[in-house]
Order: sequence, then structure tokens, then C-alpha cells
Amino acid sequence: MSANDLQSTILRLLTDVAPDVDPASVQADVDFRDQFDFDSMDQLNFAIAIHKAFSIPIPEADYPKLASLKKCVDYVENKQRQ
Amino acid sequence: MSIEYCMPSLGADMEAATLVEWKIKPGDIVKRGDVVAVVETDKGAIDIEIYESGCVERLLVAPDTRVLVGAPLALIAGEPAAATTSAVPTAPALEPESKPEPAPTVAPAMHGHVKISPAARTRAHALNIDIDKVHGSGPGGVVTLQDIESAATKPKPSASDSMKAVIAAAMARSKREIPHYYLSTDVDYSATMTWLTRRNAELPIEQRMLPIVPLLRAIVLALKTTPDFNGYFKDNTYKPSDAIHLGVAIAQRGGGLIVPALLDAQDQTLAQLTGNLRDLVNRVRAGRLNNRELSEGTITLTSLGDGGVDSLSPVIYPPQVAIIGAGTVRERAWASEGKIDARPVLTLSLAADHRVSNGRSGAQFLARIRDYLQAPEKL
Amino acid sequence: MTYREAIRDALREALKSDARVFLMGEDIGMYGGSFAVTKGLLAEFGEERIRDTPLSESAFTGAGIGAALAGMRPVVEIMTGNFSLLALDQIVNNAATLCHMSGGQLPVPLVIRLGTGASRQLAAQHSHSFEGWYAHIPGIRVLAPATIDDARAMPGLALKCSDPVLIFEHIGLYNMEGELTSSWPQADIEHAAVRREGSDVSLITYGASLFKCLEAADALAKAGVNAEVIDLRTLRPLDNETIFASVRKTHRAVIVDEGWRSGGISAEIAARIGESCLYDLDAPVVRVCTREIPVPYPRHLEEAALPQVAEIVASVQDMMGKAA
Repeated sequence: MSANDLQSTILRLLTDVAPDVDPASVQADVDFRDQFDFDSMDQLNFAIAIHKAFSIPIPEADYPKLASLKKCVDYVENKQRQ
Repeated sequence: MSIEYCMPSLGADMEAATLVEWKIKPGDIVKRGDVVAVVETDKGAIDIEIYESGCVERLLVAPDTRVLVGAPLALIAGEPAAATTSAVPTAPALEPESKPEPAPTVAPAMHGHVKISPAARTRAHALNIDIDKVHGSGPGGVVTLQDIESAATKPKPSASDSMKAVIAAAMARSKREIPHYYLSTDVDYSATMTWLTRRNAELPIEQRMLPIVPLLRAIVLALKTTPDFNGYFKDNTYKPSDAIHLGVAIAQRGGGLIVPALLDAQDQTLAQLTGNLRDLVNRVRAGRLNNRELSEGTITLTSLGDGGVDSLSPVIYPPQVAIIGAGTVRERAWASEGKIDARPVLTLSLAADHRVSNGRSGAQFLARIRDYLQAPEKL
Repeated sequence: MTYREAIRDALREALKSDARVFLMGEDIGMYGGSFAVTKGLLAEFGEERIRDTPLSESAFTGAGIGAALAGMRPVVEIMTGNFSLLALDQIVNNAATLCHMSGGQLPVPLVIRLGTGASRQLAAQHSHSFEGWYAHIPGIRVLAPATIDDARAMPGLALKCSDPVLIFEHIGLYNMEGELTSSWPQADIEHAAVRREGSDVSLITYGASLFKCLEAADALAKAGVNAEVIDLRTLRPLDNETIFASVRKTHRAVIVDEGWRSGGISAEIAARIGESCLYDLDAPVVRVCTREIPVPYPRHLEEAALPQVAEIVASVQDMMGKAA
């Protein structure tokens, strides 16, 4: 999966969890919490969605590594390489 | 005998809702609790249930019609055998094998009918404007094309604006009518956090629990022995509720706030609460809640844990009689047994209705919640 | 030039250009016509072509039909619409039907000119507007010239038509003075005309009421209401497209008709608007018609019975919800 595909998949997962977020407006390096009031439930739902989509284990301690679009892309890429 | 199925009240401040979709048609057999329609309220699209069992005789309202609370939506033949003695003379007698009558394409004039010109109605439909909210300037108050065009150029009040109005009304009423008293206590959350971290590490991600879930369970357990905080104060009387429908305040992006209830939380395990809370949040985000969830909460929990504040003094959601506020679980200096160390601490507060309970029972209630959280494995 | 002179010029031109054309009617020769339309034509064209007839509308209309069948181009004048009822059998049962009953072999290219309407204290037996009745009849065309241009153009156009054509000339217009414009030769008898463009309401009318509507539109403009005025010109067949296009633009229609309201041409137009433009309407269609009484003789009662400018203005203001 190319970096672009990866990013668009993650964006789709994000808007599944938060249907009221406009994917075009997402800033890659700003934390979701600061961009659109992501709360802990959104964060957990998002982690679940990432887990299901990429079949990667995500320990609870790693949740902060999914905090922004860029962090998330890096995290998934890293995990897939392992 | 025909029974009128009427627009239910989905909250103390709801006056009307717009019918979005029928889930039933004439001739269908419905039973109490079936979802029969979707309505759009200030709080979003909501599935509404029916309270009577029987056979659908006639749909009285077409989709896109705004209907006042208490106005009839459909006729239900309660007992098919007795259907010939219909209470509504114009309704055809229902025979079990009779063909369903098509739903009327326009709403009958008697309920919520707006006088509007055909051109204005057509234009309003094209512009997706709610004609009930347009002031009619034509002869006799008829809504004209110009009224629709003016309404279209005005900024449309967003759902969150009208929701804000609903919240404003409820909160103002609360502060006007309910003599609040406030208590708070700090809870050593280390036992819960340790237990939770260990448990979550073992579990697949879908089953992992947020720190709020043990708190939900602790509240439920505490309510079982302090019933003065779970129920409604109506008509100068407090009616405690056996069921615990635990309202959870959920902030919406864009400034809205919604308080759906985890229904029958008294019977739910931690795992069930985890799943049901996630389901509830997902449906809030998707705008699909049902009427009971929005109207039947018996107590509310509001958590500002994500907001970084330590404590809050919440406002009771009438006609409920208590609300619990939870701040951020944060490491703080904690003194116990003559020593000071750093522990995760949660400040819990209680706002309660002094007409129903008093400081002593409130303190007892908070203390019980705190105690339950010291032994999370027993929750 | 007056409206009367415009018609006379049209008739003169037809008489000059086509030897088959001749005029026939009561007092049209020696007397010059009850409304003086044919004045001077007898001297110019002689008794063969300008023929005075006995007072028998049925007879001379029937003679006109016969002449048309025989290849002539007769122009029959019937003094008023009221009197045309004496010739109704000839017009409705013969003129309108023969072409159809003969499978197209017997066209009746007859032109009948009729004075119509009230306004000159001629009382009930001379003042009624029956053009709406005739517009009910298939097989004939019904014209209602209101302007100098149309008065000049329509007789010639009618003579070119192979169907019987009835031209209703409002008696209140004969003395109207105006300039013939250079565009009169482009007139047709197929289309209604937008006499004034507007955006807020369509005043749909014909004949003498056109000028009441234009005056009402001026008054309405001062009150900020921009009225469009449609001159139907031809009552049968009606020009649906021009009517509908206007209503679709303005979303409001007021029909002004000197006929009676019940079962009149205004009812027909309102029905068509209802059938085709319902979802474009921003207000119920309004009709301003003559009171449902025989037109009275006394001037003040005659005026009260007929549609007037003030009533048109008030009707529009009522339908727009704007007080005067």
C-alpha cells in the first residue's frame, strides 16, 4: 500500500468514527483532539478501526501514537514493516 | 377500536418533530416497543417506538411533515376482531385480509398544516427549508414564495443552534426550579487504574475499557442502596425509579451537548457497559438515537475528563434529581497513613435536588461510589 | 389615427387587393356603419361590394357563409355581439362545422366583425361581451384587437384564414387615438402579446380591459408592484405558452375580463393555469369580471358593473398581502 493509499484509508476510518469531520479539512500534523475535540471514546474507536483495517495489535500505551494523521501514518507504516 | 398513535415527547422541551420516514405501512402488525418511524428533532434523527400493539390501520401524516407532540401520527386497530367499531368514523373498517390503504400523500389539514402557496411549497422543498419555521407574510398569514426566498437567504439555524436553545431552556428551568446543593470528594483512582491497565493489556482492543466504565458501574451499585438520587421530581412529588437509566453527557463537535441514557444499567456488567457505551457514543456521532434513550434518563453522569479540569459543579437535567460530575484523573499528591505520595486522583462531585435529598444522604452516596472504586475487581 | 380608422384602412386595403372581398351588414353603406367604421367605403367601392342588408342577422350571416363556400371572401358586420345571437345557428351550426363535416372539402373563409362590450350607456341589449361564448366553439377563430396596430392588421390576417373568424371590436375603443407603429405588418393571430413586462403579477386581459390593466400596472408600480400585462389578442385558440410563461415568471395571475365570471373565458384561463402552473402559483388565481347582472344603463351603475382600474389594483394588492 502506498503512502497515499494509506493516508486515504486512515482518513476514511477517521470519518467513520467521526462522521461530522470533513476529511478535506484534516490537518496532518495537528492532534485530532485539538482539531475536532476528539474525546477518549473517539480515540478508542479510532484505534479499534485502525486495528481492524490493518490487522495490527495496538497496545493501550500506543494510543497517543495515533493522535494525529501524520503520527498515525508513521505508526501503521512502522508496524507493517515489522 | 382504533387507537391514535401520537407523536411522543422525547424530552421536556420538545414541542414538535418532523417525520422523516415510516417503518410501517397500513396492514402491518405492530407490537409494543417496535420502532415504527424515524423523526427529526432538535437532537437529531430518532427512532420512535410504539406503545400499543395492534394492526396499523392508517398513517395520518406523510414524511417531511412537522408534527406537534401529542398530535396523532397513525391509527392503530388495537384488537383486530373489534376493528369494525372504529372510533374514527371516516376510517374504513379493518378486515384482517383487507388491502393496505396507501398512505395519504399530503398531511391532513387538521394537524400542523401550514398555509403555503404551491410555488412556495415547491421552492421550500427544493431549498430544503422547513416551512413550519417560515413566517407567512401573505394574505391570512399564507407562506409565500418571497417568504421562502427570504428564509433561504437568512442563515439557517443549525441543528446545534436549536439544540443549544433546548439545552438553554432545560438548564434555565433547572436553575430556576431546582434547589441544587453540591458536594465533592477526591477519589484515589490508583486501584482502578492499575486494575484497568492490567486488564486492558490482556484484552483484545474491542473489549478494552475506558476509565469511565468502572465509574458508571460504581454509580449503579451505589444507587441501589441510595435511591434518593435516581428518579424524577414531577408535580411536587419525587418518584424514585427502580430501573437505572444512566444518562451520559456527550459533547458534540460544533458545541452541541446530548445526554442519552444507558437504559437499564442496573443489570449490566462492566463488559456490557463497555459495549453499550461505545454503541451509544457511535450512535450519537451518527445522529441515530431512540426516543427512550433521550427521554428516560433517571440520573446523569457528566465527565470533563478529557477537558483537563479537576472538578465541576454540574446542573441537574430536569426532571431528574441528581447529576454526578467527574473531573480529570490526574496524578496528585495524596496523603494517607501519614505519608504523601503521587496517585491518580479523580474528583467526583454531586449536584442534587434538595427537595428530594439532603447533604447527609448525598455524602453517603458519593462515599459509596468512592468505596466501590477502591475494589474494582468486585465491580 | 383612430382604432376605427385603422379597421377601415384594413378593410380598404383588403377590398383593393382582393376582388373576392366584399362587405355586408346593417347600415354599413349609406349610413357608414352604426359605429362609422365603413364610412366612405360605399362611395369608394360601390354597392356591389359594400352591401346594406335587412335587419336579419341570421339571413345575412347565412348569405356570407354561402358566399364564402362559393369562393368569395365576405366580411360580415354584425352591429353588436348581442345581435349576433340571432345568427348563432348560422355561426355555430354552419360556419363552424361545414369544413369538419365535409372532410375538409368545404372551408368557410368568412370574417365576421362584431362590436362588443359596454362603456357607452347602450344598456343591456347592446353592451354584453359574448366573445367568451364564441371562444367555446371549435371550428372558428375568435380575435379581439385592442391596439391600433392589431385593428389595422387583424382584418387582413382574418381574411387569409380558411376558417371562419370572428373579430370582436370593443365599442369603447373605436374613438381611441394612437399612432400606427411600423411593426404592425408583423402582427399574427397566433400569439398573445406581452404589453408590459413585469415580475410580480400577470394581468391577463384582452380588448378594452387592456388599457385598464396598463393603467392599473402604472398605479401598482408606484406602490412597488411590478405587473406584467398580457394582451391575449386571440381568444380561440388561446396562446397557452405566453400565459404560462408569464405566470411561471410572476407566480401570480389576475384575469381581467369584461365578460361575466361564471363559465367565462376567465374561468377557462384560470383552469388552464391551474392545470399547468399550479406549482408555480404563489397565490390563488384572481378574476376581475363584470358583475353578474345585465349591464345597467345609468352611467354610474354601468361603471360599477364593469371591471375598473381601482378594482384591479385592489385585487393585486389583496393577493400580495400589501395594503394600499
